[in-house]
Formats: sequence, structure tokens, C-alpha cells
Amino acid sequence: MPQLEIVDLKANYGTHTVLERINLNVEKGEIVSLIGPSGSGKSTLLRVLMGLLPPIAGEVRIEGRRLDYNSRDQLRAIRSQMAIVFQQYNLFQNMTVLDNVTVAPIKVKGRPRKEVEDYAIRLLEKVGMGAKLKSYPDQLSGGQQQRVAIARALALQPGIVLLDEVTAALDPELVNEVLDTVRMLAADGMTMFIVSHEMGFVREVSSKVVFMDGGHVVEMGSAQQIFDTPMQARTREFVGKILRH
Amino acid sequence: MLEQIIEELPRFFSYYNLLFFAKALGVTFALSAIGCVVGFTLGFTLAAVRLTKRPVAAPLRVAVTLFVELFRRIPFLVTLMLVFFIFQALNADLSMFTVALISVCVIATAFIAEIVRSGLESVHQNQWDAAATLNFSYWQTLRLVIVPQAWKIILPPVFGFFVLFIKDTALASQIGVVELAFAGKTMNNKGFSAALVYGTVLALYFALSYPLARFGKFLETRLAPTRDR
Repeated sequence: MPQLEIVDLKANYGTHTVLERINLNVEKGEIVSLIGPSGSGKSTLLRVLMGLLPPIAGEVRIEGRRLDYNSRDQLRAIRSQMAIVFQQYNLFQNMTVLDNVTVAPIKVKGRPRKEVEDYAIRLLEKVGMGAKLKSYPDQLSGGQQQRVAIARALALQPGIVLLDEVTAALDPELVNEVLDTVRMLAADGMTMFIVSHEMGFVREVSSKVVFMDGGHVVEMGSAQQIFDTPMQARTREFVGKILRH
Repeated sequence: MLEQIIEELPRFFSYYNLLFFAKALGVTFALSAIGCVVGFTLGFTLAAVRLTKRPVAAPLRVAVTLFVELFRRIPFLVTLMLVFFIFQALNADLSMFTVALISVCVIATAFIAEIVRSGLESVHQNQWDAAATLNFSYWQTLRLVIVPQAWKIILPPVFGFFVLFIKDTALASQIGVVELAFAGKTMNNKGFSAALVYGTVLALYFALSYPLARFGKFLETRLAPTRDR
């Protein structure tokens, strides 16, 4: 059974349809990358999955169980299964690095502080931020903030991690430190949904690549298939453009 | 003139006059302090209600918006008369002080609700998104994430308002509440020179509002510290 099934999903911004007939399965441990031009609906799909934009039609199933985004209880269940890392990090500006990572497990899950902090420190050390526990987000570089944001997402031990253009706001020099962190998660067998413009990286880590355009899934397949032998003309055009430089 | 003032001094600072001023100061202080505390508490609550997005709270949001927009636009004196006549129509036998107190609370609530609302809205939407995806409730998001970041936007105008507000409580004299401005007028009518009387009134208003402004500064440094990068 797939860990995540998306069936005929549709979403609107107001009256404007931004996602239509999205069908996608994600197996446990898979790394699915969403690629496509700006405005194609990649980030929107992640926002819909997290319940930040409620879908207007279709289904999402996690481990076979259909989830209703209009039910507050089920929305909570969805959000404890999935965690998202945002393009702009979205760290809580009023909290230290450690508090950013521990606040949800302590305040939302009600787990004991000591235990949560020990785990958070291990996570922060893993992403190379163990020396900055007492720093505030505005004292860190973008790459450092993004690694803290990844640790924060992991602190709730989600089954699936969604990465929304996590390197898009970073200086080129800082991109690799974040990508290395993602590679580490991939090596741990974490199921991930990645929206990225780093095509070399997408090609390297993805078990499945999904090409989107205009709110639709145009084509999906292995990285090799999408990048080397795309079936659809639109995919060929996109891949041709981005691989030329 | 100075000679006249010096000549008046012993009579002016007689026991009964001091008592009269002290009582008046107490009334102004009570109106200001209760108005500030109630206004801050209710204003904060109304602002938080106004920001909820839940459909069930829609009628409440409309009511809050109406209250806030209405009472920010009505002059204080008119609000005072309004409260006075409403309670009279209801045959409620309230003291003038109570009428004034209700009025100042209504006004402070409306103004502070608006200041707090704009402060809370100044915090970036991405902070709400992050909190939502981590399963924070609305109140947890406000308490743990939004309000701590909004303090530095909220506090300066709130304390600015408080200072204006203390002065505005003088309008309670219009319905016969013996507060500082009323006391000043009475003493002046008794024949004491205006310079002496209103000089004293000025000093007393200053004594009320200056510590308040200092307290505001103190809160700003405590709740909204600036960090070295």
C-alpha cells in the first residue's frame, strides 16, 4: 500500500483553478521531486497537502486512510504525519534555535521538555547546527536557518517531509550545505516530496520525478526517463531549456 | 502676580484643599488606571477575536468590528452623554463616576483593539503558516508566536494612547465627576489665581502620566528586546 495517495485532487485560489486532476502515489522511502515552470502548481500542491489551502475536490490517503481536510481532527492527524520546510524557512523570529525545534513537541504534543531537548540537540547536531542552540534566527545565515527549519520539521517525527524550494532563497554558496542535509535524510530512508529547481540534485536523489505545468501533472517517471527520454513535448521543451546551461 | 501667588499659598495649601485635590487626583487616577487595564485586556481580546478565520465566529467578528469602528469615531464627550442617557433610559441609578468609568473603558477598549489588531497583523503570514503546519491552535499561535513578535509594534502606540487618555478623562467633569480638571475649575472659582491652580493641576497630571510613559519604555525593553546581530 502506498504511504501517500493523491487522487483527482483539485484546488482553487478564489475562482482560479491552480491544481487539477492530480494523481500521484508515494511509496514509503520514496523521494518524489516536483519540477516545472513557475506557477505550475508545485508549491501549491505541497500547501494543499499541508492543509494551508484546502482542496475543493479529490482525495488524499495516508496509509490507505482517506483524510478529510475540512475536519479539524483529521487536519491535525495530517499535520502530524507530514511536515513541511518552507522556501523562506519561516522560523519563529522570537525564539532561539533550540526553542524553534522544541516548541511544537513540548507545547503541542505535551512531551517532557528534557526528552524533547535531548532529541532536538541530536537533530541540530546532525544538521550541523549544534553550536548555535541559543542563537536567534536573525543572527543566522539563510543556509543555517534552513537547516534549523529542517530540524524543526523532523522534531515531530513525521512520516513524510515536504521540501518547498528549500534552496531557492539561498546564496549559491549556501545551497550545498542544505542539499547535503537533504541527502542525509534521503540516506536515512525518509519519504520526501521535493519541489526544487536544482536539477542536478533532483536527478541524483529522486526515485520519481513529476513534471507539472499549468496545474496539471504532465508526465512522471524515473529521473532518467524524465530528463533523458521524456515522452511529452512540453516536458522535452522544459528539460531542453534547463539542461542547456 | 508672583507676590499674589505667594500670598495665596498658605490658604491654597490648607488641609481641606489638599484633601480636595487628593480626592480629585484619586478619581482621575481611578478613571485612568481602570480604563487602561480594562481597555488593554478587552481591547486585546477583541483584536484576537477579530483576527480569527473560523466561519462560526463571523457574527462575533462583525459585532467587534462595529463596536471598534463606532467608538473610535465618536468624540469622547458624546460617548459620555450616550452612556449617561442609555443608563437613564434603563432607569439604572448609577453614580456619575460609574457612568464616566464605563465610558472610559468603552473608549479605551475600542482604541486599543485597533492598535493591537494592526500590531498582530504586522507579523508576517509565514509565521502563521509555520505554526499551523506544526499543529498549533489559534490561541497557541497568538501566545507563543504572534504576540511576542507584535509587542514592539503594539507597545509604543498603546502607551502613547494612554497618555492622551489620561488627559481625556478630564471630560468626565462635564457630567459633574469631581476629578482633577473639575477640582481646578472649582478652586479657580473660589478665587485662587489661575496660575497657581492650573499649575498644580498640570503638575498632578504630569505626575500621573510620566511614570506611565516610563513603565511603557520598561515594558518595551523587556518584551521587545533588540538583538545584536
